Amino acid sequence: MSGFLKSSIGRKVAMALSAFFLMFFLLQHFAINILSVINPDVFNEVSHFMGTNPFVQFALQPVLIFGVVFHFVMGFVLELKNKKANGVKYAKNNGAANSSWMSRNMIWSGLAILAFVVLHFIDFWFPEINTKFIQGDWSGMHEGVEGYRYFHELQEKFLSPVRVGAYVLAFVFLALHLLHGFTSAFQSMGATSGRKKTLQNIGKAYSIIIPLGFIFIALYHHLNH
Amino acid sequence: MNLTLKIWRQKDANDKGRMVDYKVTDISEHMSFLEMMDVLNEQLVDSGDEPVAFDHDCREGICGMCSMYINGEAHGPDRGITTCQLHMRMFKDGDTITIEPFRAAAFPVIKDLVVDRTAFERIQQAGGYISVNTSGNTQDANSIPISKHAADEAMDAATCIGCGACVATCKNSSAMLFVGAKVSQYALLPQGQVEAVDRVQNMVAQMDLEGFGNCTNTGACEIECPKGISLENIARMNRELMKASLK
Amino acid sequence: MALDSKVPKGPIKDKWTDYKNNIDLVNPANKRHIDVIVVGTGLAGGSAAATLAELGYNVKAFAYQDSPRRAHSIAAQGGINAAKNYQGDGDSTYRLFYDTVKGGDYRSREANVYRLAEVSTNIIDQCVAQGVPFARDYGGLLDNRSFGGVLVSRTFYAKGQTGQQLLLGAYSAMNRQIARGKIEMFNRHEMLDVVKVDGKARGIIARNLITGEIERHSAHAVVIASGGYGNVYFLSTNAMGSNATAAWKIHKKGAHFANPCYTQIHPTCIPRSGDYQSKLTLMSESLRNDGRIWVPKHIEDVQAIREGRKKPTDLSEDERDYYLERRYPAFGNLVPRDVASRAAKERCDAGYGVNATGEAVYLDFASAIQRYGKEQAKIHNLTDASEAKIYELGQGIVEAKYGNLFQMYEKIVDQNPYKTPMMIYPAVHYTMGGVWVDYNLMTSVDGLYCIGEANFSDHGANRLGASALMQGLADGYFVLPYTIGDYLSDDIRTGKISTETKEFEEAEKEVTDRINFFVNNNGSKSVDYFHKKLGNVMWNKVGMSRNADGLKEAMSEIKAIREEFWKEVKVPGVANEMNPELEKAGRVADFLELGELFAKDALMREESCGGHFREESVELDGEQKGEAKRNDKDYAFVAAWEYKGEPADAVLHKEELEFIDIELKQRSYK
Repeated sequence: MSGFLKSSIGRKVAMALSAFFLMFFLLQHFAINILSVINPDVFNEVSHFMGTNPFVQFALQPVLIFGVVFHFVMGFVLELKNKKANGVKYAKNNGAANSSWMSRNMIWSGLAILAFVVLHFIDFWFPEINTKFIQGDWSGMHEGVEGYRYFHELQEKFLSPVRVGAYVLAFVFLALHLLHGFTSAFQSMGATSGRKKTLQNIGKAYSIIIPLGFIFIALYHHLNH
Repeated sequence: MNLTLKIWRQKDANDKGRMVDYKVTDISEHMSFLEMMDVLNEQLVDSGDEPVAFDHDCREGICGMCSMYINGEAHGPDRGITTCQLHMRMFKDGDTITIEPFRAAAFPVIKDLVVDRTAFERIQQAGGYISVNTSGNTQDANSIPISKHAADEAMDAATCIGCGACVATCKNSSAMLFVGAKVSQYALLPQGQVEAVDRVQNMVAQMDLEGFGNCTNTGACEIECPKGISLENIARMNRELMKASLK
Repeated sequence: MALDSKVPKGPIKDKWTDYKNNIDLVNPANKRHIDVIVVGTGLAGGSAAATLAELGYNVKAFAYQDSPRRAHSIAAQGGINAAKNYQGDGDSTYRLFYDTVKGGDYRSREANVYRLAEVSTNIIDQCVAQGVPFARDYGGLLDNRSFGGVLVSRTFYAKGQTGQQLLLGAYSAMNRQIARGKIEMFNRHEMLDVVKVDGKARGIIARNLITGEIERHSAHAVVIASGGYGNVYFLSTNAMGSNATAAWKIHKKGAHFANPCYTQIHPTCIPRSGDYQSKLTLMSESLRNDGRIWVPKHIEDVQAIREGRKKPTDLSEDERDYYLERRYPAFGNLVPRDVASRAAKERCDAGYGVNATGEAVYLDFASAIQRYGKEQAKIHNLTDASEAKIYELGQGIVEAKYGNLFQMYEKIVDQNPYKTPMMIYPAVHYTMGGVWVDYNLMTSVDGLYCIGEANFSDHGANRLGASALMQGLADGYFVLPYTIGDYLSDDIRTGKISTETKEFEEAEKEVTDRINFFVNNNGSKSVDYFHKKLGNVMWNKVGMSRNADGLKEAMSEIKAIREEFWKEVKVPGVANEMNPELEKAGRVADFLELGELFAKDALMREESCGGHFREESVELDGEQKGEAKRNDKDYAFVAAWEYKGEPADAVLHKEELEFIDIELKQRSYK
């Protein structure tokens, strides 16, 4: 088993498993965020639950962080190893002839997403940690805001057109990343070709609908404030 | 037609190597690509220069010896063929054609366009066989029925000619299509089951040791493969390795 | 010196069994102390190397390619014969034996062929056990097809890549032994001479093709499995590197060379398109099962087609000459290879060749597509199917049967063979002649063996389809491992053979001197120039049909080319590097000698048999008028030539062929 984890294929599988986890996380994140468009109150309720439930905070959150960090670190490790396997560079290489742009540039779309994650942490996650763990305020309330503060904070953030622009751009990269990543993860896990067509279609749908949904949420709040 | 060729020249493994320009004239569109190279070499010999060394042998697409990276693609712009089956009608008069060796850290250049692909040999030696002696006293061939479907699929995997186009094409220089095809052939046949666990583990371990990169499922190998070996073989190898690890 | 074939006594069906029961064996503990060199790693060499290593010998195997898997056995398409009788259609060891001897036009050694037929069934068992993915039927059992006009279905196949799959099987067996350290593999090495010590073969001199280094390798026995010499014609279906150097070098060191004139010219190859052509591509003979061969009846139509004014499809049935069906109504398009090839040449020589070079005939699938289409329409209950629908259905069947060949043709010729007839022309394909060996597969030099296409033994004057693979594997897997043991049992106390002896030194010096000559010779013409010139003479005067005058001219012309070669050849580069031109120079030098012996042998054999057709020896009247005439009274022998310096001075030794179990008959396909 330890041999498996050290093997190239083992790492591929680990990469795919962390991807599955992140794709599932993305789905639930989207499900909660879209509530902010449908019903701000429900959004606040759910956000408060997620933000204060000990199981979510102390069990799921570390797993998530680990998943994110693992996926990034492993991605870089594999990229470096693969670069090393290349030898001398071709004088002329026509990658477009046999593969998609997305599949050849996962590292770049991944880096763009990483940059976004940093921004996202600065925007939401660090203030949350600060409020809850440093100041010890688990109330979910904020001065001058009626009810829970989450919806209000969300709207505040989407005031700036620059931030919304960055947000939109990041999700375009996420879509590109997913367009290859979704089916690639299944292929790494050994999905059989019989299911390939269905998987590809689900993958395409997922990779376009989810990021588009996030973009919609951002634009909606930017325009409806 | 008249062509400009940009060709990688490298005296031996220690030489740094460089691209050199050549001109060839009066090339017939019915020539094969290697016959065009023959014309160039004849020209070089006549003028007292050293001809370009390149691997080739059967010139009918089955030995797997020829291995040129032409205009940025393994075996050139056509599909489902090796370099020797590429014909000059794929090019136009006045074209500039870039010709390079198959590149990968695990495929060091020996001379000009000739590369060392013995890494493939060592991977096969690590487990690409069924351990049966040639006594002539094995059981009757028909005592092991194999479904037509499995036999055909094993055959599809077994048609790999070991040319290395998959590695040369892959942005990660991964050999997984080659290894996957070999693992698949035996995984699909009952004769191969006895050693299945050791085979996949040993072959993958050797593949990693040789310094090939990791598969990121770009699918480029499948497109450039002269024999149309399917990506399914990589997925099957992954399954085989996972299964083997759980045993 | 009289040739002793060493065929065991007794009834033919017991010879091999009795032989195996009575030979000396080598104790497993002693095999470890015995080294065997195998030169060439195709079906014969690869299977021999693997088996000898399994038995416990230390094997050193040599291949000029970068892997044993690239040997030209890999290009065989059709299949492999075996007398399994899985189809229950009356096949048997005797019938396979009979067909092989008859197909070889009664010029092969009965005992060898019977043994071949006997072990043929083991080959299939062995290959299946190794994981060779032979074609199967829906019940999961092995499928067979009929091949080369024989009356039973005994050919096993793996799509159109049987040679590839069998070679990969042997290669995998080799890999297992390489991993165990029992085979030491020398890729990119070329044998340049054999070393004899006290009259026995004890080693070879080889060149490392990457570094140019000359190496000495010793062993207790040497096995040559280096394939045929078809490239003496320059253009053939052989691989570019296929060469006769190993076989020719051992000939020069005392191994007799037998029947060099027996060459198989395969009828269904893609025609030459111009002078730049480097090799010819074969398409499986199975195409003749459904394709009809023709040329235009009228010379005006030939002109019109060549000039592009007419298309072959414009010609009505009346304007076509289906010459095989006309001449051989019984067998039609399925006549044996030699007959089909000569008939094509006859038409083209008469001016009816249909492409620009005048060397092509049509192979037409239109009627097969029609026939299959109508059949399919019936099966699918389409009573009023349109012409187009019938065509589409028929094309589907033809595609399923020959799709990969059609695709290959289209890639090379750039014409769609579903729409317009294919063009084909015969090309040199296989050489039945080769190094003379006895029943043990040993040459006339002790401890020096020769197997596979490189030897002469099993195919007589003409080889049946799907028999080359059978012979290669039979020799390597099941014959040589026994016979070599009998010889090596005397060597268990010999100990390691030293390479620091004067015999090795002399052989090495000879090799080095020749290489130095090439790289230092200040010539003006490339190696290919001479090779093409030789090929031209061979094809025109020692090709599909031969006559005494032409053969005499050929001998003197080849001699002249050889003399010019040694003056004018130009080899760029140096000796101690990878130097493909230098490799070619050595090979062509040997072809230039072999070609002359080839013509001499053809001149000596004043009869027509199998692949050797003498214009002077034809039936003069009756139904067979104009057909090949064999002369069993005077020529039922193997011509084994002993080297005496110049090829023209070679001395003929005759091994008379006895036919006890088969009655000699004239072949008839009318």
